[in-house]
Amino acid sequence: MKRPVAYIVLIWILGMGFLSCREDEHIIVAEYQRIPDPVDPNSRIAGMYLVNEGNMGSNKCTLDYLDFTTSVYMRNIYPERNPTVVKELGDVGNDVQIYGEKLYVVVNCSHKMEVLDARTGIRLTQIDIPNCRYVRFYRGQAYVSSYVAGVLIDPNAPLGAVYKVDTTTLKIIDKVTVGYQPEEMEVLGEYLYVANSGGYRVPYYDNTVSVVELERFKQVRKIPVGLNLHRIRKDDYGRLWVSSRGNYNDIYSPYGSVSSNLFVLEKKMGYNDMVVTDTIGIPCSNMAIHGDSLFLYSHEYDNQGGESMLTYAIINVRTKEVVSKNFITDGTESEIKMPYGIAVHPETGAIYVSDAKNYVSTGTLSCYDKNGKRQWRVQTGDIPAHMAFLKKINECGTLVFLY
Amino acid sequence: MLCVVPVLPQHRLDSIQVLDEVVVTAKQNREIIAPQKLSGKELEALNVFSVADAIRYFSGVQLKDYGGVGGLKTINIRSMGTNQVGVFYNGIQLGNAQNGQVDLGKFSMDNIEEISLYSGQKSNIFQTARDFGSASSIYITARKPRFKAGKATNLKASLKIGSFDLLNPSVLFEYKLSDAVNMSFNGEWINSSGKYKVHYKRVFPNSDMVAYDTTAVRKNGDLNASRLEASLYGVLPRGTWAVQAYNYSSDRGVPGAVINNVWRRGERMDDINSFIQGNTKLNLSGWWTTQLNMKYAADYTHFENFDYTLYPTNNKFWQKEFYVATANIFPIKPWWDVSLSYDFQWNTLDADFQRMDDYDVFAYPTRTSHWLVVATAFDFDRLKVQASLLNTFVHESVKKQIVPEDKQVFSPAFFGSFKIFRDEDFRLNAFYKKIFRMATFNEMYYVEMISSDIDPEYATQYSAGLSYRKARKNSFWRNLDIQLDAYCNTVEDKIISTPKSPLFKWTTYNLGYVKIKGIDVSLGSTMQIDRLLFQSKLQYTYQKAQDFTDPTDTFYGDQIPYIPWHSGTAIVSVAYEDWALNYSFIYTGERYSQSDNIIYNHVQPWYTHDISFIKTFRVNAIHCRAALEINNLLGQDYEVIFNYPMPKRNYRFSFVVEL
Repeated sequence: MKRPVAYIVLIWILGMGFLSCREDEHIIVAEYQRIPDPVDPNSRIAGMYLVNEGNMGSNKCTLDYLDFTTSVYMRNIYPERNPTVVKELGDVGNDVQIYGEKLYVVVNCSHKMEVLDARTGIRLTQIDIPNCRYVRFYRGQAYVSSYVAGVLIDPNAPLGAVYKVDTTTLKIIDKVTVGYQPEEMEVLGEYLYVANSGGYRVPYYDNTVSVVELERFKQVRKIPVGLNLHRIRKDDYGRLWVSSRGNYNDIYSPYGSVSSNLFVLEKKMGYNDMVVTDTIGIPCSNMAIHGDSLFLYSHEYDNQGGESMLTYAIINVRTKEVVSKNFITDGTESEIKMPYGIAVHPETGAIYVSDAKNYVSTGTLSCYDKNGKRQWRVQTGDIPAHMAFLKKINECGTLVFLY
Repeated sequence: MLCVVPVLPQHRLDSIQVLDEVVVTAKQNREIIAPQKLSGKELEALNVFSVADAIRYFSGVQLKDYGGVGGLKTINIRSMGTNQVGVFYNGIQLGNAQNGQVDLGKFSMDNIEEISLYSGQKSNIFQTARDFGSASSIYITARKPRFKAGKATNLKASLKIGSFDLLNPSVLFEYKLSDAVNMSFNGEWINSSGKYKVHYKRVFPNSDMVAYDTTAVRKNGDLNASRLEASLYGVLPRGTWAVQAYNYSSDRGVPGAVINNVWRRGERMDDINSFIQGNTKLNLSGWWTTQLNMKYAADYTHFENFDYTLYPTNNKFWQKEFYVATANIFPIKPWWDVSLSYDFQWNTLDADFQRMDDYDVFAYPTRTSHWLVVATAFDFDRLKVQASLLNTFVHESVKKQIVPEDKQVFSPAFFGSFKIFRDEDFRLNAFYKKIFRMATFNEMYYVEMISSDIDPEYATQYSAGLSYRKARKNSFWRNLDIQLDAYCNTVEDKIISTPKSPLFKWTTYNLGYVKIKGIDVSLGSTMQIDRLLFQSKLQYTYQKAQDFTDPTDTFYGDQIPYIPWHSGTAIVSVAYEDWALNYSFIYTGERYSQSDNIIYNHVQPWYTHDISFIKTFRVNAIHCRAALEINNLLGQDYEVIFNYPMPKRNYRFSFVVEL
């Protein structure tokens, strides 16, 4: 009578033997990798944070840190430093900035801005802002652009907003409605300039830069610039460099096919208003200004072949001339599949370019010296994109090790 | 064969008049390599809710399950990808030209009689050309009317209630219109709040101290669905015919991924799937048997997003499909048959993005496809061999965007089976097949997509295996069924969609090369001691599916996402008179959620224990059946798809009356 039962139990046990079991999920710990950069003890820069966006829905926004004081690259430092945060940093990081002693990470699909201690990577708080995009600072206030101003009035045209957050209390204190789907912002003088994309209104993209007077926190003007604006940066000459994404060569658009472009805004002699003075005529996906040099990369599509063309250019911001069409001089640009972030070391002029590959696999960060020779390359998280440099305080710049 | 349901259906076959299967010789209608199959009694005993749940018990299969009653459930057979699987309902393929996938969670088990899984194809040459056209196929067969002598009606009613506020009544009515025509009607309503608790816990490495431990309720997973089916089955002097009408409509929430700071989403989807299909088989003469299949299908899908913080979506899609197929078999010698089949299909996709303005970039594609297949079969008693050559021609037209080139592809297949010993059912089976799939409408014309010319995605399969079956009347072992298969597949020119530039633009291209090596083992047995009947089925799959797309990729040679190396199931049933107890175990080993096999993408193994008790009894002439199921008995917190948590322990009670 017992035999069949015994037989089944036996097979069962044999079967279970080679199958591994499930254990409690662990907090993911950081990985450390040495990079071949010599340490400069006199440098004022302690390190660089890098935010990996993570593919939408994957909840894989991660924070990496490159420590210049030890030449160590640290991958995914957030979970081990903030083990109690449920579901970690969140979904789709969109910006990282440092202001004072605090690190601000804008996490788009988690609808929040995470505020960390910039020296330790330990979380101070989170500020909930719906569909937040970028953050900039001015006199103790953080300004966060958001795709939505609030509950919809017209479902086809939700205007965007800029939220004002006090960096001491870390509370939202005000909000101003700007153009459609605002992206990057820049503070110049007493004004905040906001690049409006209108990305939700295809094909009727926005084409304006909103001018917000910071004192009264009111939108005072909209400057027409170009279709689907994205980046906005200032140079040392009081100019604004604004990139337009165009409409990705959409031949069915009422505006016709418009490609990406780069515009320069300046004040005309005797006037206080910024206006477009130059159109550079080069596509621009992202840029970084270092002294007189503007480094940019772009992906433009060839509608026929479906191939995208990658360009790595340098523009002299003083003369507004394209100095180089390829700042990578050693041929290693062919190893970058999808450039997705760019930053220039404020002291050494080293250029950091991140590669998002196919968006669903591990990316890389490449470092080029100021002559465009690749120094090293490290693996990052998924979709490495945004970088911010951390300055030293009292010679002590190392990110505090917890483990 | 596998599981047991006591009393009721046990002796039914003896007194039933079967209308069907009059036609043609048995030889031609039998496939030479037997499929994996779950039918009537076994299915009832497993007590599964949807076809997707049942398919988990087949070897070589990975189910993609987004969780809950309404969550999308698709399958991937032998790692070749969801889009390479053909799903056939009552013999005719279910289409979804829009995304190429069939949500098997939509097919309830209420009226399903049999589910079969064929690797390669159904190895039977008397079939339509589309039966030759997938890398692997699932055949779902609905219950056909059968009447006991002297009876002209059958009535079956059931009610299922359970976790997630499930309420699922259904009714089946079968009526004998005449000696030659039977009618069947089946209706069902499924309503569920889809709410279940999800639990996330993390511990510190080494110390196992709790870092966080949180429980939340999965929301926006509600489902309200109805299904109506009506069928006529008839016999003709020299054949059979059948006509079916099918309608499924649902309104559901799309719960989305669980991510930091977001526990609820506003996406909703409603859909209506309707089709009418007919089939007739005629034995026209000694040298010609033919069958004709026809189908017209209309599908409507509506996506909406009520989350004001996100991109406002309100999209409607309409798909239409017309299909006609003729299959013909010509016996030339008793050991040699030749067949010729031709299928034609027409698909369109229409869309409305609810825009106020006249800007419209949608392609409005129409696709016409022709399939022509020539096949031959040899039957030398112990050795059976089949060969087929399929020619596919696809033409597409669009109102906007770039018109793709016409595609024409030849795809061959060879199947063989050899009976090793004369007196034992011990066979060596093997097949080779090269097949492809077309890019779906979504892959080619998705809004905001740069569409370029996309080539078909090819799958090549080499498979060999041994099977042994033994049935004995009066011994302790009643039944033994052993199967062992080894296979090597490649998928080339894999169709991949990625956002080619930041944000809104997507593109699809042919890139990707995957090599798959696998072993499937299954062992089924039945034992009887006195009135106690034990049945068991053990099944194990090993798969190595590596990405060899580009040597410069960080994931070159890594296991592809969501394919575990080890997976298996076990089912054990015990029946004693009119009581039955079924236990099933499903194991899916460790795997990775993305291409890179690194710790950040690692997904732990999961395994669930399900148990059900069944009691059948009679009240006068009414057969009753009561069942209680407990699924995920140990309440494991697991995810099949990363960030889509599955339900913990859940219950279902069902009561069926039949008269």
